[in-house]
Amino acid sequence: MAAVILEAQGLSRAFGGLRAVDNVDLTLQEGEVHALIGPNGAGKTTLVSLLSGRLTPDAGHIRFDGQDITRLPAHARVARGIAYTFQITSIYAGLSVFDNLALAVQRSRPRDLTAAVQAAALRVGLEGELQAEAGALSYGHQRLLEIGMGLALAPRLLILDEPTQGLANGEINDFMTLVRGLKGTTVLLIEHNMDVVMALADRITVLHFGQVLASGSPAAIRADAAVQAAYLGGADAAD
Amino acid sequence: MKALVLHLAVLAALAAMGFLLPPYHHGMMARVLVMAVFAIGYNIAFGYTGLLSLGHALHFCAGMMACGIAMREGVAAGPALLLGLAAGGVTALATGLLALRTAGVSFMIVTLMFAQAFHLALLYYGGFTGGDEGFPLPGAARRLFGLDLTQAGPRYAVALVLFGLVLLAQWGLVSSRFGRSLIAMRENEERSRMLGYNPFTTKLAALVISGLCAGIAGAAYGVLFGYVGASFGTTQYSILPMLYVLLGGAGTTLGPLLGAGLMAWLIDAASGLTDSPLAVIGVTLIGLVVFAPRGILGTLRQRGLKWLP
Ligand SMILES: Nc1ncnc2c1ncn2[C@@H]1O[C@H](COP(=O)(O)OP(=O)(O)OP(=O)(O)O)[C@@H](O)[C@H]1O
Ligand SMILES: [Mg+2]
Repeated sequence: MAAVILEAQGLSRAFGGLRAVDNVDLTLQEGEVHALIGPNGAGKTTLVSLLSGRLTPDAGHIRFDGQDITRLPAHARVARGIAYTFQITSIYAGLSVFDNLALAVQRSRPRDLTAAVQAAALRVGLEGELQAEAGALSYGHQRLLEIGMGLALAPRLLILDEPTQGLANGEINDFMTLVRGLKGTTVLLIEHNMDVVMALADRITVLHFGQVLASGSPAAIRADAAVQAAYLGGADAAD
Repeated sequence: MKALVLHLAVLAALAAMGFLLPPYHHGMMARVLVMAVFAIGYNIAFGYTGLLSLGHALHFCAGMMACGIAMREGVAAGPALLLGLAAGGVTALATGLLALRTAGVSFMIVTLMFAQAFHLALLYYGGFTGGDEGFPLPGAARRLFGLDLTQAGPRYAVALVLFGLVLLAQWGLVSSRFGRSLIAMRENEERSRMLGYNPFTTKLAALVISGLCAGIAGAAYGVLFGYVGASFGTTQYSILPMLYVLLGGAGTTLGPLLGAGLMAWLIDAASGLTDSPLAVIGVTLIGLVVFAPRGILGTLRQRGLKWLP
């Protein structure tokens, strides 16, 4: 069995009276694609914000690669290999695609920055748009740029917050190929599109009202009655 | 390549002006060059990193006073200038450590307050600093590399060399990887944090570099024009570099020079109409906000000169 890369215990975070994340345990195995699903407002973004350091937990611990990172600021977690791509696209709209990618690529101090940026662009199919202003790209391409920046950090754990939202079908297929092709990178994937989840995930955790409702293999989650009731049944019918 | 040619052409044109200008404009141009160095410092903090400081007079005046007091106590101009440089950097580091705990409007107010406090301190210790009156620097001490800086020619040459070095350093900085990370703070701090950049240390570094420029500008101003005083620590000297940068184009390498030059020319040209430079400054600011919020070079860059650094 693969080693544990991230382990969260008893994570909680409230906004006022609302317990957005409520005593959550989560374990990620090195190299797996782990999907995090749940209805809107379940606390998925809040949970990964705790993991990436954008928010601090009210209670609980996070260990990454054997070390406690609960108090580490976000930028230091990124340096240790945790990358986060935003649910709401957050790119440098006023800068070129080249500069956007370069800001991620240059973190690892490559000798030849231009070549490394071109390689990063190629991975997400933006090699033809390097000189374009990022804010002028189509919405789908901005999503791809966001993903490309996360990938360009060469992270050990890549947290993708609804990456396929707003992508065309062809782009979703390319995205799935891209994630399958990641070697050695652990992926935590928040995703509403169940086809993508079932195709990519090694394991799935279901969040509901801030709590873990179920966690296990895709087959087990599909069969889980509580999950059916809370989430999957409705979503499957809608699709 | 185009950018290199442009920078060298501007420096060559400035050198040629040194030979062609009549004496009155000669002094004015030397002053513009020194103020442009100050404005380049401001540009690094505000134009590139997005830090709107209202207290840069502090670093300018700290550099000037450190240099001036050292020379009064017998230190030669060269080491005294380096002292001024250091004073600008140290004051920027000290105030930045505290001011960077805030952002936006609070940052503006905190920097303004620091500069205000520094100015009041200069007045309070007037016995040592010369207070509002200031004090002249003895002509005999104003020598650098054997040049007599009381003379117009050498004075212009020194101002130009200093400006040239700072201009090229600025260009090198903003086109480097580190420069890109400064621009990233201006454009989207949250994204930068999630790419692993520490916003606090990145912005602090920008402020210190900015303060070094302001400090050497203040020191050079004192040495070249022979007078130092607390009046250079007033809010007006925080507003001036901002105005130059806004006018020439924030976040463009040549904007600070263009802004400083144009402003000097405007005040000179308007001196027949009004003897209040502040009125000219006010009208310019309003015109800027209405017609060219990105400044002259910023507008040109937007209109197609994309390569403009
Ligand atoms: N900064 C905040 N301040 C107050 N409430 C918040 C904040 N962020 C999230 N919430 C609330 O916490 C709950 C969980 O939000 P979160 O964004 O984590 O859900 P989510 O599972 O990511 O939902 P979605 O699928 O819509 O993205 C929601 O009720 C939300 O309104
Ligand atoms: Mg969310």
